[in-house]
Amino acid sequence: MSALDALYREIILDHYKSPRNRGRIDDPTIATQGNNPLCGDEIEVSLLIDQGRVADVRFQGVGCSISQASASMMTDSVKGKSIAEVLGLIQAFKDMMSAAAEPDPDTLGELEALAGVRQYPVRVKCASLAWTTLLEALDLLARAPSNA
Amino acid sequence: MHGVDATVARDALDVRALREDFPILRRVVDGKPLIYLDNAATSQKPRAVIDALVRYYEEYNANIHRGVHTLGQQATDAYEQVREKVARFIHAPDPAGVVFTRNTTEAINIVASAWGRRYIREGDEILVSEMEHHSNLVPWQLLARDVGARIRAIPVTAEGTLDLSSVETLLSPRTRLVAVVHVSNVLGTINPVRRLADLAHRQGALILVDGAQSVPHLPVDVQEVGCDFIAFSSHKMLGPTGVGVLYASPSLLEQMDVYQGGGSMIRQVTLDHSTWAPVPTRFEAGTPSIADAIALGAAIDYLGGLGMANVRAHEIDLTRYALGALGSIPEVRLYGPADPLARGGVISFNFADVHPHDVGTVLDSEGIAIRAGHHCCQPLMRRLGAAATVRASFYVYNTHKEVDALVRALARVKELFGVGVRCALP
Repeated sequence: MSALDALYREIILDHYKSPRNRGRIDDPTIATQGNNPLCGDEIEVSLLIDQGRVADVRFQGVGCSISQASASMMTDSVKGKSIAEVLGLIQAFKDMMSAAAEPDPDTLGELEALAGVRQYPVRVKCASLAWTTLLEALDLLARAPSNA
Repeated sequence: MHGVDATVARDALDVRALREDFPILRRVVDGKPLIYLDNAATSQKPRAVIDALVRYYEEYNANIHRGVHTLGQQATDAYEQVREKVARFIHAPDPAGVVFTRNTTEAINIVASAWGRRYIREGDEILVSEMEHHSNLVPWQLLARDVGARIRAIPVTAEGTLDLSSVETLLSPRTRLVAVVHVSNVLGTINPVRRLADLAHRQGALILVDGAQSVPHLPVDVQEVGCDFIAFSSHKMLGPTGVGVLYASPSLLEQMDVYQGGGSMIRQVTLDHSTWAPVPTRFEAGTPSIADAIALGAAIDYLGGLGMANVRAHEIDLTRYALGALGSIPEVRLYGPADPLARGGVISFNFADVHPHDVGTVLDSEGIAIRAGHHCCQPLMRRLGAAATVRASFYVYNTHKEVDALVRALARVKELFGVGVRCALP
């Protein structure tokens, strides 16, 4: 498989063309914006937290296929998980992007398809945007526990 | 040109021969020969420029304007000769008006700081345009913020030209400076700088021309343009990075404050007071990028050998060919003037709803280097209603075949992303 085919795996293009959980939750527990000034990618992640679990998550924004697909896949993979599990997943994703560890298929599931991005260092920021925005939302939430 | 096979159109340059002068054009990227279409970002360097750098460091590396030894004199002579070459290249009457800077950005910052802080006051206006590079916008914002001046902007029309009808109303007795780009780094638009200079001068304002995309690509005669300041960079005109030029008449430079303090820029220094060296040295504090300035001289010699009129003719031919080829692809949306005579060799476009970064990555896999992004022109991007564009930009070594390769690679983009993919909007 060429580096280009590894980057644009079918599942990534599918999420790009048919994004899941697109939009904004009406009355979110928290919503956070993120952007990548270098390429102009923008994203908003909204979360509904119920009893320490992600009851609903949505994203909206503009960006390249990698940033949009990564956001869509992220929403799919965190829905229903506990905050602790989500934090673990964010770490596993970051480790995959920084090549700190071989991707763990058990934790990452279909997110492993994004491993091809590592061959394109300038695109790692695109893939990571939704995840850093999600982490920021959870950080804000942790500092204001009364909202949860 | 109708009825003429564009691939056999007469070219003003012997491109096949001159490509041999650029060692980097032998590079292979991802198994494919490099097709370098990112010249508006930086140009490649001919062997003569690389050799000039090496020769300086191997044969006469020494600091300039100090020391009495042979090498110091040779380095000083070589450096100062380039000042004369630069002046001749832009038809400036006096080499003493040529200030070596780090790049275009620094040249503009010198004017904002050393001229602007002395002559622009509260309530004054600086007229820019909507198509300015951040380097010809942010320095004026910083100045305006500090002195209480106001920025006004000439709008860009749907065709990607300046709305000249608005200029006379935008100019007022409060306008102190018009700061405008000669050739847009996004749209390629060649702006009527002579006319803008006349309008500015009629109001008693000065005009600064950002020549970063014009001086490397077309014959520029600063006396014909009638600008008070012009700024450009070596690295976009076959020279090395690290050196740029600010040109203004020596008498205007003398009216300015100093920029950075330090060695070289002084005449006499006591513990609490200094006097300044004559212009242009007054604006060149510290050891400059000597080797790079000398190699800029080699780049100017190289361009002079080709002839700037021939460089321009070659780029018109390539731009005409590329506009035709790209324009025939239904998914391609082109920005900027349709007439190749009205623009430089810079073509911005988008491919359906595919993000420019995705287009850029696919093209890179075919060995094609283009720029994708906002091109340091965020206000213009907002005006165009595009978050980003793909930009192909040409220079002396580019060919019709390379444009053909770009068109073929765009077919690969279509194959990967499909046509009419939904735009990634909420």
